[in-house]
Amino acid sequence: MAELLLELFSEEIPARMQRQAADDLARLMRAQLQEQGVALDRLETYAGPRRLTLVADGLPLSQADRLEERKGPKANAPEQALAGFLRSTGLTRDQLVERDGVLFAVIERKGRQTAEIIAESVDKIVRGFPWPKSMRWGAGTLRWVRPLQRIVCLLDGRIVPFEIDGLISGDVTEGHRFMGDPAPFQVTDFADYRRKLAARHVVLDAADRMRRILDGARAVCAARGLELVEDDGLLDEVSGLAEWPTPMLGDMDPAFLSLPPEVIRTSMRTHQKYFAVRAPGQPGLAPHFVTVANIAPTDGGKLILAGNSKVLAGRLSDARFFWTEDRKVSLDDRLEKLKGVTFHAKLGTLYQRVERIEALARRIAPLVGADPDLAARAARLAKADLGTGMVGEFPELQGIMGGYYARGTEPDAVADAIRDHYKPQGPADTVPDAPVTVAVALADKIDTLTGFFSIDEKPTGSRDPFALRRAALGVIRLILTNRVRVELRSLFPAAVQDDLTAFFADRLKVMLRDEGRRHDLVDAVFVLGDDDLVRVVARIDALTDYFRDQDIGAVLAGYNRAASILKAEARKGPLPDGPVTVLPGAPVAEAELIRSLVHVAPLVEAAVRNEQFGPAMSTLGDLRGPIDAFFEQVLVNDPDSDIRDNRLKLLNQIRDTFYIVADFSLIGG
Amino acid sequence: MAWDNLIRTSLRPMVRPRFQPPSRTPHDLGLRPLTLGLMTTAEPLSFQDLILTLHAYWSEQGCVILQPHDVEVGAGTLHPATVLRALGKKPWRAAYVQPSRRPGDGRYGENPNRLQHYYQYQVILKPNPIDMQALYLGSLRAIGLDPTLHDVRFVEDDWENPTVGAWGLGWEVWCDGMEVSQYTYFQQVGGLDVDLVAGELTYGLERLAMYVQGVDSIFDLKFNKAGVTYGEVFLENERQGSTYNFEIADVETLKRQFEDMERQVPRILAHTGPQGQPVVLPAYDHVLKASHLFNLMDARGAIAVAERQNYIGRIRDLAKMCAQKWVEAEQGERAGG
Repeated sequence: MAELLLELFSEEIPARMQRQAADDLARLMRAQLQEQGVALDRLETYAGPRRLTLVADGLPLSQADRLEERKGPKANAPEQALAGFLRSTGLTRDQLVERDGVLFAVIERKGRQTAEIIAESVDKIVRGFPWPKSMRWGAGTLRWVRPLQRIVCLLDGRIVPFEIDGLISGDVTEGHRFMGDPAPFQVTDFADYRRKLAARHVVLDAADRMRRILDGARAVCAARGLELVEDDGLLDEVSGLAEWPTPMLGDMDPAFLSLPPEVIRTSMRTHQKYFAVRAPGQPGLAPHFVTVANIAPTDGGKLILAGNSKVLAGRLSDARFFWTEDRKVSLDDRLEKLKGVTFHAKLGTLYQRVERIEALARRIAPLVGADPDLAARAARLAKADLGTGMVGEFPELQGIMGGYYARGTEPDAVADAIRDHYKPQGPADTVPDAPVTVAVALADKIDTLTGFFSIDEKPTGSRDPFALRRAALGVIRLILTNRVRVELRSLFPAAVQDDLTAFFADRLKVMLRDEGRRHDLVDAVFVLGDDDLVRVVARIDALTDYFRDQDIGAVLAGYNRAASILKAEARKGPLPDGPVTVLPGAPVAEAELIRSLVHVAPLVEAAVRNEQFGPAMSTLGDLRGPIDAFFEQVLVNDPDSDIRDNRLKLLNQIRDTFYIVADFSLIGG
Repeated sequence: MAWDNLIRTSLRPMVRPRFQPPSRTPHDLGLRPLTLGLMTTAEPLSFQDLILTLHAYWSEQGCVILQPHDVEVGAGTLHPATVLRALGKKPWRAAYVQPSRRPGDGRYGENPNRLQHYYQYQVILKPNPIDMQALYLGSLRAIGLDPTLHDVRFVEDDWENPTVGAWGLGWEVWCDGMEVSQYTYFQQVGGLDVDLVAGELTYGLERLAMYVQGVDSIFDLKFNKAGVTYGEVFLENERQGSTYNFEIADVETLKRQFEDMERQVPRILAHTGPQGQPVVLPAYDHVLKASHLFNLMDARGAIAVAERQNYIGRIRDLAKMCAQKWVEAEQGERAGG
């Protein structure tokens, strides 16, 4: 059993693509080997700034030999047919086997060398690698994410020989770009490879690099009595930017702390990829930063930190300039500027959008317990910060800056609403609960949705350029979290009402399924067409509770039997309709079921009317015994048509009663 | 965005604040300047020695050392030695300084980081040699940036310029957190796939010099060893240039000139030279002029949001015509022997 080591050594791979590349490499190699019948025990891949590495264990050195049987002509076939078959198989007549009058050739296929299969597989994988963006270089035709420089490919310690577009496989790679011995070096196997890389200042595994950064960053902070502001997204990114990540603590002019912390953090993060630092137990940030260098320099980082501090000072000077200048103009005065900014060619200017959001926020306010004037005011100012210098520089601070600029001159509820009205921005984001904020957040997203739906810019497949799915999900979360009672369609203009309501139903379904609700229960409620989302979810929750730990098939056996009889009957003609009576001589079970239904139906109706879906479910449950007894003892299809019709009417009423809660025929299927 | 501004936006001398009124600068706001010795060599290079060092270095690598193109451009990439020579099957290596004009970036000489006229150092190696990164790092060493003491990193930055139908993949090169160069492998130019891939390097010279010299204002840069500063050479140019760009340039004239240039490009391309070749280079100069005129109109605030795409599209069409003819000409040349 042999080990396979593959390294694809290139110029710097974008950090954001590395993780996926490692996964793709593993997936593609597994698929290739499986297709060729090459077994393996373990396969792992690693990605870093300059290399993708794959190691696999337990490979055989060749495929197993196989016997292949080929069907030939009949034993009494003409000479020509036989001659052709012998030619194509390379056998003689006496080597063929005869079975049931037909000739067969049994050919022994020698298993191919694994090395040969790997050479072909690497060629295929490299040429077809699914990089988000790839390029050519030099005079070649090969595509890779950046120029591919070397390929190491060893099977059982021996080079697997191949050539891809002039690049020849070997056993030589390189260490860190700047640190240690710069000479390329040979490797013999994965353990040797990993050890030699480490000695040349390359941490192979991204998880190790992340740990090194996090531990190192915490340590340099702790050494000065400080605390790292952790940031997983940034950690992930910087771990893809350095082979020998070395966190260093730098100083920032404390005068910059007068800036909002969001501004400092955003500037550090997006421009410089620095971590922010705070003093334990203190609010706000400390006047320091952590940069992650790719080298451990001999001067302890003096030059690197001096340079980084200087660059950060330049960045923050700009930010402070914007902070000062922006506050000289009121948000009200900035509205005028929005008249000159097109939101979308077919949807008018940003100013027109603001007017729509303002009107909508005023309408929504009473539904969420907000003061309509405050909601309208907040909506009016919500987009004004788009014209500020700070948001021009840091678009991700939209809303947050508006909140700062409104604070003090506007009521807090308005400033808060401006700050938070873009929320929730993603599944991990918090959902606002302040009433004015909720009103503006809903109005903002609903205007986006109605706007783009009205110009027929609906999301299709993976295309959702205006992030309408995210907007709809935001509306749903705002409504559910704040238990906003509204018939959704009433918020949409007539022209897009149906489409948009259906879109929301879809998004809510997806969300509920993602949360782990049963598909069938979700479907059983959605089919009722209710557009009060709070009520829809309450129904689904009641069904979920009721059916938890129950054998759904048994619980619904009677209902399903009733439904299928009705379905069969409906095919023959219209179902009888009208009141059900206890006919003279009716079996006990029939009379009992009628009595139960007369008792239960109004209770279920009342419970549903009061949105007591749990009690409605358990009341429906009371019918299970009588229904089961009815089917055990009574034959619906009685020769007497009056009796039969009466029984069909009974079943029909049972189905209608169930349908008040959900379409049970969709459950358990 | 102006077509020029789409190119190498981040290599403007330093930061890129928008909505910044010309008269105020971060410098005015009382921040204590940090003056640091950032170099390991005793005496940092002057601005002109920086250029001379790069010239000597890239000359050694077989580059033709060119002088700037004599038409106003917004970035060194637009020099015909890069845009047009990136097309076709002929190998090419060149390096040059290109004065770059960004009329809208003028600040009357009052912002320490922003200029309406500045310099880029441009290198093109076609096809890119396989050790191009090492060559680039060698150039940093040559100007005194030792990558075992400074943190040099290649950070993803893909270049795209829809106005000339060009794109490439590459990086911003960071030195201690500051972007000192852009590094691009051209993939398409003028809407055409390139035959040989050119590697392109752009150094923002003022920014690099500020870093090397450890100064906080462009105008304080030592231009030479004799004590002449960048400000002495160019401050007046900034003041007068900004005044012209923002206040004097006549929009009607610019617009008329733009349309003239636009009409000339197809007319020139329809002609042939003495060997029967299309006349591409003069036509391309007219594209550059149109582009600069557009940037001037933009600086004057004369381009409405809705018009912008239209102007950019018109310039792109002109650039594509030239690219097409350039490639055809080269093919004709080969066919003709």
